[in-house]
Amino acid sequence: MADEIDLEMMNAALRDFVPHNKALGITLVAASYLPASVTVKMPWSPRFVGNPETQVLHGGVITTLLDACAGASVFLRLKEPAKIATLDLRVDFLGRAPAHRDVFARAECYRDTASVAFVRAIAYVDDPEQPFASAAATFALDTRGRAITGEEVRKGLKP
Amino acid sequence: MNVVEAVAAARRAGDFSPLVETIPYLAFLGVRVETRDGRRIAVMPFAEHLVGNPTVPALHGGTLGALLESVAHLELLATADHLKLPRTITLTVDFLRSGKTVDTFASARVVKHGRRVATLQCQAWQEDEGTPIATAMVILKVGA
Repeated sequence: MADEIDLEMMNAALRDFVPHNKALGITLVAASYLPASVTVKMPWSPRFVGNPETQVLHGGVITTLLDACAGASVFLRLKEPAKIATLDLRVDFLGRAPAHRDVFARAECYRDTASVAFVRAIAYVDDPEQPFASAAATFALDTRGRAITGEEVRKGLKP
Repeated sequence: MNVVEAVAAARRAGDFSPLVETIPYLAFLGVRVETRDGRRIAVMPFAEHLVGNPTVPALHGGTLGALLESVAHLELLATADHLKLPRTITLTVDFLRSGKTVDTFASARVVKHGRRVATLQCQAWQEDEGTPIATAMVILKVGA
């Protein structure tokens, strides 16, 4: 049975420790070890609009949300703490990005090797079965930067 | 002025700055556009809120993806004959080096402009254009 995940503690690492995630208001709303999966929420903000006429969100903010969510899922997959960096990220925009709506993203890290972790992710508004964007990402493990340990993630990491 | 008029005005003037300034998310990132030797360059000046990993420290990879997608849109608007803001179908970003806490630049090249989609190759760099920190292939819906 998987350990209980303290979302508040993980949020300290995902949101409070990462200035850009904090600027976007990204918050973890669900997480599990098996499968290694996280769901995050990004509240609607007019600052993230890409087309002022339609008010739809800019693709870039969706890319960032998916990258952040995907990275968080990698930490839940790893048995040992590691430094990670995104190697490659592909985002497919399946439908029009929403306007005036909070956005959710869900990622699952489904495989890892000694040096790479593989993740798939989606972005949606109401129904994860009807995503408006999907992503595939690979992460390099053991890259530069101080390792973030699972214990630190749980306790709430401060820069 | 609506978006179509803003695109037309930008093309006439050869200056996309007023158009870029109307897009809230680009203002949030701090992205602006410059012209160098007739090439359009998107610039993302360093700002603390762009940081993704404070221990390196490094820019958030998502901000590089956003910059690359934005420069693809800009290049298509500058070179294509339609005036609507493009819609991204697929964005594939390869992160080559971590983004340092300095200004980042990006440019795009239209690889193929088809009837329905356009494919652009984009790169982002910091101190040296010959040493890109990220590249992207961006597929855009044409005349959406």
